[in-house]
Amino acid sequence: MSLALKELRRRPSRFVVATVVLSFLATLLLFLGGLLDGLYLGSTGAIRAQQADVIVFSESARDSFLRSRITGEQRATVEAAEGVDEVGGLGFVLLGAEVPGESEPADVAIAGYEVAPKGVPEEPPAPGEGIADDRLRDQGVSEGDTILVGPAKSPVTIVGFVNDTSYLQQGTVWVDLDTWRSVQNANRPDAAVADDVVQVLVVRGTGDLATSIDTATAGATSTLTVDETVLALPGVKQQKATFNQIIYSTLVVVLAVVGLFFSLLTLERLGLYGVLKAIGASTGRLFRGVVLQAVIVAIVSFAVGALLALAAAAALPAGVPLQLTPARFVSTFIGLLVAAVLGSAVSLRKVLKVDPASAIGTAS
Amino acid sequence: MTVLDMRDVRKVYTSGDAEIVALDHATVQVDHGEIVALLGPSGSGKTTLLSIAGGLLTPTEGTVVVGGHDISEYSPKQLTEFRRENVGFVFQSVNLVPFLTAEENLLVVDELGGSTRGKDGKARARQLLDELGLGRRMKNLPGQLSGGERQRVAIGRALFNNPKLVLFDEPTSALDTKIGEQVMELIRSEMKARDTAAIIVTHDTRMTHYADRTVHIVDGRLESETVEAH
Repeated sequence: MSLALKELRRRPSRFVVATVVLSFLATLLLFLGGLLDGLYLGSTGAIRAQQADVIVFSESARDSFLRSRITGEQRATVEAAEGVDEVGGLGFVLLGAEVPGESEPADVAIAGYEVAPKGVPEEPPAPGEGIADDRLRDQGVSEGDTILVGPAKSPVTIVGFVNDTSYLQQGTVWVDLDTWRSVQNANRPDAAVADDVVQVLVVRGTGDLATSIDTATAGATSTLTVDETVLALPGVKQQKATFNQIIYSTLVVVLAVVGLFFSLLTLERLGLYGVLKAIGASTGRLFRGVVLQAVIVAIVSFAVGALLALAAAAALPAGVPLQLTPARFVSTFIGLLVAAVLGSAVSLRKVLKVDPASAIGTAS
Repeated sequence: MTVLDMRDVRKVYTSGDAEIVALDHATVQVDHGEIVALLGPSGSGKTTLLSIAGGLLTPTEGTVVVGGHDISEYSPKQLTEFRRENVGFVFQSVNLVPFLTAEENLLVVDELGGSTRGKDGKARARQLLDELGLGRRMKNLPGQLSGGERQRVAIGRALFNNPKLVLFDEPTSALDTKIGEQVMELIRSEMKARDTAAIIVTHDTRMTHYADRTVHIVDGRLESETVEAH
């Protein structure tokens, strides 16, 4: 084993090419993962923050907030359904907003709520006031500002901030339901809502809530868990699938690079392996050395790749939705290690086939 | 006492329908401290004989007993262990690990056995290299050593585990005559000092007088023996 380590230490130049290539691939993997996480977190914050068991859409909405409308009557039915403890209305409207002192409008999602999401005060702010997502700070919003929302320039005064609650890449402003309705009706008259109407209901309770609610409303509602709601958001599933596809393809490239590189290295060493087998080295011992080298190359590459990714992330403009999470570092590290072990396994056959008798009777 | 006892050993290779007899009813005994030169043209079967004696190949027929172990029926795994514990090898070319120092090349034997003797191993490696006149070259890589020095390191490695039998495959073929003779002289004195049996394969008749006797091999058959006068 220490034979493999000594080779790494004394002949590092032999491993430089593989390490450089794998470092770039590690950076690429972290970048892709970071973009996926950034997009995912930026799209879903407002839903992930919901402290609820299920979310109730109208049946015809096909799980879209935009299309969903729940009437006061339906709300009463849901409140009476078995297992339901607490019900709150929720509605979103996506608009641009003028920020004092900024030439560019900010992208905002005005969200009316009753049951508070994580980090937002239990009691909704007073009419005309809102709690803004941190993301809006990047667009020049600060506490005390009154932003003018939409073509109707509906005023909302920012009275506080909350972290990680953005909705479809827009900074959410949490307001009471009536403020949401007035903003919605003033700026989207085509999609105006009546006084007792909300988009969806946020429900806390016990038991099989989805079934009991949808049964109580005789199929007029479609009830999803919070996780299902997150995946039902437009684009989220597709983004995940697309990025994961690219990430897996990149891992296949890692596998190919490690496989090819260590195959070549093994080919170069066949003579030496013949001698070592002749003097009593087992195939297992020699092969473990190859795997150990691949794993160490992968670890070094990951470290270099992680530094590169962090440096690149720091240099990127704020608009790029790149988020490097600890979980992404861990999963990328594991992915690299697995690819290194599998890739180096390609050399096993070659090491196995080395005949110790080949050491005798051969001149270099 | 006999260290190597090969009786009626045949080795047959099949290639398609054809049978190639590499070794035909070979019988050889080598005693403790005895040095046997194996002389023959290329393709005569001397490599095969050496490989079978060292447990690198198994015979098609016949028995091979080395230091009391009958290895004729050993599995590849048993042979690996047998070689590690009982036989020393000196090959003609790719011999030393290029990125290890002379001292470490000896210690490789220890490492392959999985049981590092630590300080004892190091002390033994140093003592051996000293004996072989390489006391000042211990920390040198093979690339920094001359051909003769490299072969001396290889001899040290072969002796590291105190084997009963050491096999030399054309140990002087890459050396000029003068250095070759020095190496042969060293082989002889080391084997005699340790009472270790040795077979030296060569096609160079100038080297045979360093052996106690010479066995000629032609077309897989052992032909004649010459006893050297010392």
